[in-house]
Amino acid sequence: MHSAVTGPHAHLQAQVRWRRIEIAFWLCTLAPFVAAPAYLQLASQIAITALFALSLDLILGYAGIVSLGHAAFFGLGAYAAGLLSKHAWGEPLSGLLIASAVSAAVGYAMSFIIARFRHLALIMITLGLGLLLHEAANSASWLTGGADGLQGMKIRPLFETFRFDLYGRTAYTYSVVVLFLTFLAARRIIHSPFGLALRGIRENATRMPAIGAPSHAHLRKIYALSAAMAGVAGALLAQTTSTVSLEVLSFQRSADVLVILILGGAGRLYGGIVGAIIYMVARDQFSGISPQFWYFWIGLLLVVVVMFLPNGILGGLAKITARWQRKAP
Amino acid sequence: MSAVLSTRGLAKRFGSLVVAQDLSLALPRGVRYALIGPNGAGKTTLINLMTGMLRPDAGSIFLGEDEITSLAPESRVKRGLARTFQINTLFPSLSALESVTLAVLEREGHAGTWWKSLPAYRDAAGEAHEILSSLGIAKDAYRLTRELAYGRQRLLEIALALATRPKVLLLDEPAAGVPKDESADLFEAISSLASELTVLFIEHDMNVVFRFASRIIVMVGGRILVEGSPGEIARDPEVRAVYLGKAAHG
Repeated sequence: MHSAVTGPHAHLQAQVRWRRIEIAFWLCTLAPFVAAPAYLQLASQIAITALFALSLDLILGYAGIVSLGHAAFFGLGAYAAGLLSKHAWGEPLSGLLIASAVSAAVGYAMSFIIARFRHLALIMITLGLGLLLHEAANSASWLTGGADGLQGMKIRPLFETFRFDLYGRTAYTYSVVVLFLTFLAARRIIHSPFGLALRGIRENATRMPAIGAPSHAHLRKIYALSAAMAGVAGALLAQTTSTVSLEVLSFQRSADVLVILILGGAGRLYGGIVGAIIYMVARDQFSGISPQFWYFWIGLLLVVVVMFLPNGILGGLAKITARWQRKAP
Repeated sequence: MSAVLSTRGLAKRFGSLVVAQDLSLALPRGVRYALIGPNGAGKTTLINLMTGMLRPDAGSIFLGEDEITSLAPESRVKRGLARTFQINTLFPSLSALESVTLAVLEREGHAGTWWKSLPAYRDAAGEAHEILSSLGIAKDAYRLTRELAYGRQRLLEIALALATRPKVLLLDEPAAGVPKDESADLFEAISSLASELTVLFIEHDMNVVFRFASRIIVMVGGRILVEGSPGEIARDPEVRAVYLGKAAHG
């Protein structure tokens, strides 16, 4: 941003252009096929979690909506995809879209409440809505299987060709491609006029009405978009693992995704993805050492990161590179 | 001459504290109003009532012929009633250009569009740049708002309001916190705004008020004491006693 900018258009253009490190990052997502073929199932889980964290970043990082109940939309997507496949709609891509639409619809309905509150009230409301949905799914065991989980899912091969195999080849390919496409959508949203309006709300909610902005309408829209995205993540999990348990709606999942996003750095698009990689790999490693106590390490990691890198790992890296670039020329 | 903005019998109280009482005004097109009065006279309250940031307990507000008393603040802005704030109310992590572009996009109804790229809106960015130029802060267009000098931020306040293409512009102490020599520049910028624009500004410095206002409204204790030309106000014995006399001590 300190480079010579020649006009208003160039100034805006400079912020949306693809950086080399971004392209390198997405090329790296192909590495697991070669470098860790035994871990493709884990890689698929990471991609799904990253997508979920990305959906939270849209509301938390860009619009300032704090949520402790975002698993509601993840779970809705998972159950929608699971139920579809159980009732003879096993085609994954259309299942993904329908699940996403279900989450978006519920998200939009809830957004009428969400848009009216901020800060602590928002945390309590999202938490409450999340708990409501979890208990509803628990008691509607005729539909969801309750605590036993959803039984009897039948997912058709992708494009009627690629089966979801044991090694996770199809699962990872499917998850990472969907993650990439959804990321492109999120990136476009952030770099659109609407994205600028969201940053406006985050930066100064008082000023927005004074420039004629319908802030509530903006908030409702991003909440529904974020819910749709979380629904895609949930549906991916259901389809790639062929199971849905109550855990997809749990408070734990809502809290985990918040931790992941804060760890990686909110409001940076890549924060959720980086956070998901670190968190999931750490969980895999630590739980191998001591399955009972792995949250101890996650807790320690969280405290250390928040103390020393208040804007997450990416925020810290950005600061270091900015300092380095200032010295270099 | 018909008024662009008028109020009839506006009243507002917080508990037992009356902050506005029987405020009736009619602001014609293109006039530069100064709103003066001691602290706590209800000047900012009047702006908050006009712009919808406060709901009046009684009375009505008209923009042209249309009653806007129950409209939301953003709808009033859309109809041509813009304001600035006494304390900078800006977007710290947006560049000056981005901030003003946002206001232009909101005005044009594009700010809800999420599937198109922002740089595609060349005209909006170009217009934003022009607004910044017209206020003499184009040099800072690409800097983050929080990095701008304070006086520049005061001008950005006005730029944001101008981007909504107002018919009436309400400026709440535009020069608050600005050193005296810079405040003259700031008011030069305000006085060179389009002549059909109606401007009402709150200001404490009487030199500035008498130099830049074509009409003056004096408020005391939530009421309008008197409204008139600078000459009339200067001669008014009540104003001298109640306001100018006291101000000389304060």
